Amino acid sequence: MKAAVIRFPGSNCDQDAVLALTELGVPTDYVWHKETSLEGYDLVILPGGFSYGDYLRCGAIARFSPIMKAIKDHAAAGKLTMGICNGFQILCEAGLLPGALIRNRSLHFVCQHQHVRVEDISNPFLNLGQTGGLLRIPIAHGEGSYTADPATLRELNHKGRVLLRYTDAIGAATDAANPNGSAENIAGICNEARNIFGLMPHPERACDPRLGSNDGRIIFESILTTLGFLKAA
Amino acid sequence: MSAEPAITPELVAKHGLTPDEYERIKTILKREPNFTELGIFSVMWSEHCSYKNSKNELRKFPTTGERVLVKAGEENAGVIDIGDGWAIAFKMESHNHPSAVEPFQGAATGVGGIIRDIFTMGARPVFSLNSLRFGPITGDGASVKTNRRLFAGVVAGISHYGNCIGIPTIGGEVYFDESYNGNPLVNVFNLGILKHEQIARGAAKGVGNPVFYVGAETGRDGLAGAAFASRDLTEESKEDRPAVQVGDPFREKLLLEACLELLATDAVAGIQDMGAAGLTCSTCETASRGGTGVEIDLAKVPQRETGMTPYETMLSESQERMLIIVKKGHEQTVVDIFEKWDLPYAEVGVVNDDGMMRVRDHGKIVVEIPARQLADEAPLYSREAKAKPTPPQLDLAKLPATDNHAALLALLSHPSIASKNWVYRQYDHTVRAGTMTLPGSDAAVFLVREANKILAATSDCNALYCSLDPRQGARIAIAEAARNLACSGATPVAVTDNLNFGNPHNPENFWQLRECVEGLAEGCNAFDTPVTGGNVSLYNQSPAGAIDPTPTVGMVGLIEEEKHVTTSYFKAPGDAILLIGGFGDELGASHFLTVVHGQKVGPVPALDFAKERAMHDGLRALIKSRLIKSAHDLSEGGLAVALAESSLTHPNPPAQPLGAVIELGDTGLRLDQLLFNETQGRVVISVKPTDVATVLMLLELRGIVAKKIGAVGGDLLKITVGGETLAWPLSELKSAWYDSIAHAMHA
Repeated sequence: MKAAVIRFPGSNCDQDAVLALTELGVPTDYVWHKETSLEGYDLVILPGGFSYGDYLRCGAIARFSPIMKAIKDHAAAGKLTMGICNGFQILCEAGLLPGALIRNRSLHFVCQHQHVRVEDISNPFLNLGQTGGLLRIPIAHGEGSYTADPATLRELNHKGRVLLRYTDAIGAATDAANPNGSAENIAGICNEARNIFGLMPHPERACDPRLGSNDGRIIFESILTTLGFLKAA
Repeated sequence: MSAEPAITPELVAKHGLTPDEYERIKTILKREPNFTELGIFSVMWSEHCSYKNSKNELRKFPTTGERVLVKAGEENAGVIDIGDGWAIAFKMESHNHPSAVEPFQGAATGVGGIIRDIFTMGARPVFSLNSLRFGPITGDGASVKTNRRLFAGVVAGISHYGNCIGIPTIGGEVYFDESYNGNPLVNVFNLGILKHEQIARGAAKGVGNPVFYVGAETGRDGLAGAAFASRDLTEESKEDRPAVQVGDPFREKLLLEACLELLATDAVAGIQDMGAAGLTCSTCETASRGGTGVEIDLAKVPQRETGMTPYETMLSESQERMLIIVKKGHEQTVVDIFEKWDLPYAEVGVVNDDGMMRVRDHGKIVVEIPARQLADEAPLYSREAKAKPTPPQLDLAKLPATDNHAALLALLSHPSIASKNWVYRQYDHTVRAGTMTLPGSDAAVFLVREANKILAATSDCNALYCSLDPRQGARIAIAEAARNLACSGATPVAVTDNLNFGNPHNPENFWQLRECVEGLAEGCNAFDTPVTGGNVSLYNQSPAGAIDPTPTVGMVGLIEEEKHVTTSYFKAPGDAILLIGGFGDELGASHFLTVVHGQKVGPVPALDFAKERAMHDGLRALIKSRLIKSAHDLSEGGLAVALAESSLTHPNPPAQPLGAVIELGDTGLRLDQLLFNETQGRVVISVKPTDVATVLMLLELRGIVAKKIGAVGGDLLKITVGGETLAWPLSELKSAWYDSIAHAMHA
């Protein structure tokens, strides 16, 4: 298998994502945003960062990058696509995921290790996890408050498309444990076809026990198991 | 275009040049300078660029050592060998004046500037620290509100720039004291990693090589900022708002990637960032270092505004720009890379062999100055130094007894000691996936994956000590930095410093500078840590007076193995707590006296370098033997604050609380003196109960005083001394310590 990490101008978690994948043995390429093809890639990651400086609105300019058509084609073909942080914002701006990510309710950027609860494992991104299980993964964003209209929220809940929720250390999705004011503590969602995943936490920063958490690996290993690159245990 | 103003004595004075300096300029030029040339001399010979008032003092620093690859002063930043072909480049710089008038942009461009200094060396920047100082933020009143605005603006500016560019800000320090009213200090540190063969030089080598300008277009922002930074702050300083630059971290991220991509090719003969004094500084410094001349034409410089005069173009401090000397024949490589990154670039000139910095405007010569004399032969001054009178000394017998329970809470909630989570949670401190120790421990610890090296870094300076005894305060700053590294399991390798002082024409201020430099030099010699570079910021004074002398120390160390990484917080109930270095008794210059009694009095604690270093070596040996579970140095607030912090700072605490039960026996000291004294060379450690005897024996063999004082566990910090017991619920301590700054900011 082969993975692509898209480099938008201003992406800054691209190197971390490539490192996380290559340490798992996955051949991974940087793909510059001016490219127009994703032929031959099984997995596409839109990394975190500040594409185009996040000027105007997060992800609002990146969605016009030449590579976006190839990303849409890749996703439409049912292939796996994951947007982390700024990547999630771009997927929402591009209409590949519903809803939007708005300014944190504190009005401050927030960086901390955050507990998130796995809400669903019947998807390619968390199938090695346990429903209700907790992951501790860094978050780092200024505009991560997920918002959507009530019908969309109902649909997401009803179809098991909320994949991660912010919780406290014992797994309760309380308001106090909500770091940014996200609707219903939502930290990550997928599309209806369950092949596009957007999340605010940074799993690529939690793939090495030396950094205080290895929990992000569950996400990468789930993907690799889905793609047959890793054998299911 | 209007005619250039005539050169008058008033105009010379307005440019901060003395009549003697003006005479010297005429001797160099063998004629009168024109207006543009006057401006160029004014910025290059400002303190900020020339160190004319401090260079004679800076020569006292040790700058050599077996790890030093690029010495202080040679280039934009020093470079230190860390083994296996890898090296680090690091430096600290101030952006005090800009932050005083425009905190957000002032701090943001400070971060941008120090990052450019690092990647100019060919290094990839991997982490930042910052050392900040403000006036008090608690209470009411106009100055407090201003301080809060400055503090919030500076933190937001650092967050804006550092987060966007994707370089983690993983540590530092923040202090609050009246002496910084109206004159905050913003010292920013960055460190980058490179292979030995990647070291890039800021020299214009190779006659005939083309000179490229890359990066953002030049505008009128930041005009003569270096000269602005070399003056006192006054009521009128806010009119200098145009002297503050505006930063664009997105542009700098592109510039960073493009430059590193270019440096990986064989196209570059020399590279220099345009920081202070912009185009002026980069052209004359590269020519001076290369022993060559540089000629440019301003008509070719990308500009974002029309009608800029040569004076404005040469003195602009627009951000995110670099000057690159390209090897002839490799021009297309530059074009390809900067086209890819959508960045402006232009071939603006050529390296020549006549030693001149020659600037044309549409072909017409507008500046012609011998480069070396402009860049390296600024006048040097040894200012008059006069010792300050000895400050009042503590009379312990007259110090009233206090409520020690309340005193600990007051110390923990004082913004200088309280948790800085309000600050560091606004900084992305986990990007680049290398942060091993989260902010809040004794030192920041970062794993550089590409090099498989673990680095530790800290910034330290107790300015209260420096104000009462500058030399001793500076010595302690080095010792404390080294101690913080030792507590993290690291061996110090080198130092960068940021010398923040008042106007050097005041003999007492100059004496403080000299004493501090000599104290730092003593410390660097004692710990074998050469100074690799840094920054001098003088004229830090507002109408209310000069700041406390603040020689900030940034120290970097190496940790051999992952297993040696040690943090400051307790790990598990049942572990034994040991105090290394004795109970101490020096209450002078303590935060307890300032915070609880409102007294800033000496004497500053004593310091014995040999003893201090022996303790660090002993601690590291124990860490390497894996006998230490936590280590936290005693600094502001003494033993009681150190114990409380060890109980409170676990980032992912276990279900069982990590309080402490402490039994100190009868020490013969006053209780406040015992709990809050700041005697140096002391560390609180926790170890497995079964290792206590071994640890005490190993320390005793090295002649280091240590004593078991208690055990981890419970939801109290309980301290028994003789017959008296003090107990604080952890929840009470935590709310005093954790939320204090947020409360002050939301007041």
